[in-house]
Amino acid sequence: MNDASVTSVLRRPSPKARLVDQALFMPLAILALLGALAALPHFSSPYTIILLNSVFAYSIALLGLNILFGYSGLLSFGHALFIALGAYIAAVFTSKLGIKYLEVILLAAIVAGALVGLSIGALCVRYTKIFFGMMTLAFGMTFHSFLFKFYNITGGDQGIRVARPLLLGQDLGGGKTGFLTGPFYYYGLVLLAILAIAAWRIVRSPLGLHLRAVRENKEKAAYLGVEVYRVRLIAFVISAIYCSIAGVLIGVTVGLADPELGYWTQSGNLVFMTVLGGSGAFAGPPLGALVFVFLQDFLMASTQYWRFVLGALLVLLVIFLPRGLIGLVENIASRLRRQRHVA
Amino acid sequence: MLLEVKHVSKSYEQFRALDDVSISVGEREIVAIIGPNGAGKTTLVNVVTGLLGPSAGQVLFKGRDIAGAGPVALAKLGMARAFQLVQVFPALTVRETLSVASISRLGRRRMFSRLLVDAEIDKAGEEIASIFKLAGRLDAKASELSQGEKKLLDVASAFALNPEVILLDEPTSGVSTSDKYAVMEVLLTAAKLKGIKSIILVEHDMELVSRYSTRIVALQEGRVLADLPPRKFFANSDLVSLVAGRLPRSQGPGRNNAVH
Repeated sequence: MNDASVTSVLRRPSPKARLVDQALFMPLAILALLGALAALPHFSSPYTIILLNSVFAYSIALLGLNILFGYSGLLSFGHALFIALGAYIAAVFTSKLGIKYLEVILLAAIVAGALVGLSIGALCVRYTKIFFGMMTLAFGMTFHSFLFKFYNITGGDQGIRVARPLLLGQDLGGGKTGFLTGPFYYYGLVLLAILAIAAWRIVRSPLGLHLRAVRENKEKAAYLGVEVYRVRLIAFVISAIYCSIAGVLIGVTVGLADPELGYWTQSGNLVFMTVLGGSGAFAGPPLGALVFVFLQDFLMASTQYWRFVLGALLVLLVIFLPRGLIGLVENIASRLRRQRHVA
Repeated sequence: MLLEVKHVSKSYEQFRALDDVSISVGEREIVAIIGPNGAGKTTLVNVVTGLLGPSAGQVLFKGRDIAGAGPVALAKLGMARAFQLVQVFPALTVRETLSVASISRLGRRRMFSRLLVDAEIDKAGEEIASIFKLAGRLDAKASELSQGEKKLLDVASAFALNPEVILLDEPTSGVSTSDKYAVMEVLLTAAKLKGIKSIILVEHDMELVSRYSTRIVALQEGRVLADLPPRKFFANSDLVSLVAGRLPRSQGPGRNNAVH
């Protein structure tokens, strides 16, 4: 036995050690990511941090939406409705009712999102594919018209201002930028972490498996006792709640709730972000939100034809990266792993 | 009686697919439903499994009217069905597919509890998989299985509901002639192990029917032409040629193995 083969034997981890390796890798990677994000405000410009507020909000929305799209196979073109709902709740509570506790506002958004999601979902999830998409689109456009036309209630195209809320009952002073890059940034990060854990548990639960079974073959699923309509409706309500929560955060970040938030192109953006990141993996949509927000910001600053560039990108994405950016990451990771095994 | 079909008729506009059909299935029976194409076998199966409501008549399962109840209610009551064309969840593993049924059976429809740590569901899946010779494939996706394995998975998932009655629509279709007896033996072994009380078998293959059924219901043009034990059925060559077209090669007493 020569030296090289001896070292290769010594260096090869036992199968058990590799198992521990893999089991620890994900939690450690997530902790490292959270740590990096928590430290970021000390290194980064306020502008970047405020963009990250949007990334957190959209990540929350997409984690919920992907339970409906990626795991249940129902593609909605109307979920901007729930984002707008959350933002308007934040606006009405802070500007009109004088209730500034963010926790109360979030609770109200959860209740409203669940109720509206339940009533719209009850009608929409009877359909699938393009019919489901059209139903959600119709409801989204109806809500947008309501926001736009009912001036007395919604402020019409002017919208309603979202005043700065109290976090955990505290008014932490400082200017708007200080608030958004400090306390509110951490608030959003913690909220994202909690809701990501909840979504992770949902997709790994019995409900999550039944949802995937329905996505794959609903007739067979029904014969195995899966209540197709019920689980789809639950998925719809979960996605509505997540989007409503995201809407509150977006409203606070922007400082304004206006009808534009509920326009159907916003629903299209949600789908774009999901496809960009990759709907097939849990972490795909948040990655899509991150890339989309920064890319759109960069393109809007560089060219007035930014929509054209984004559109072209979407086409390229569908052709060359059907599994999204997360698919690309997975490909590279598996190639590296193979190289390491060979070496 | 476990299952009683009482004077059931089913019409589609002008066409009468079932015409005053009455059948009953008791415990320890393997009832074969045979008949030429268009005789009404599929309609009967759809009515029996509650997918279609009959135009007239009643379908009683354990004394309860199940007309139009739907597949989910039926799975809860204790009737499972496997289709003629293989039905699987392509992206789900064998383990996950079997868990889908176990979740329904055990009522574990929770939203946040972790499925991975549910030992009871895992054990149930492994037990079924080993009966159906899929134990080595538990973590393979259904789309990666061979055609024969897919068929076994399809039937295995129906067995995972622990039903009292199972309805098998041509369980050996798409399986090679040399393998079909092996598949049937696996099915009957599984039925014994899982305590299934009776089997309804929709089958074209007269060799399988003569070998495995305990009773034959022959349909023609939506009516019950004969309801006889295999011995008497195959003794009547006029009847056999009318319904089946030809006699089975292995004609004779058959094995007649009841479920228990």
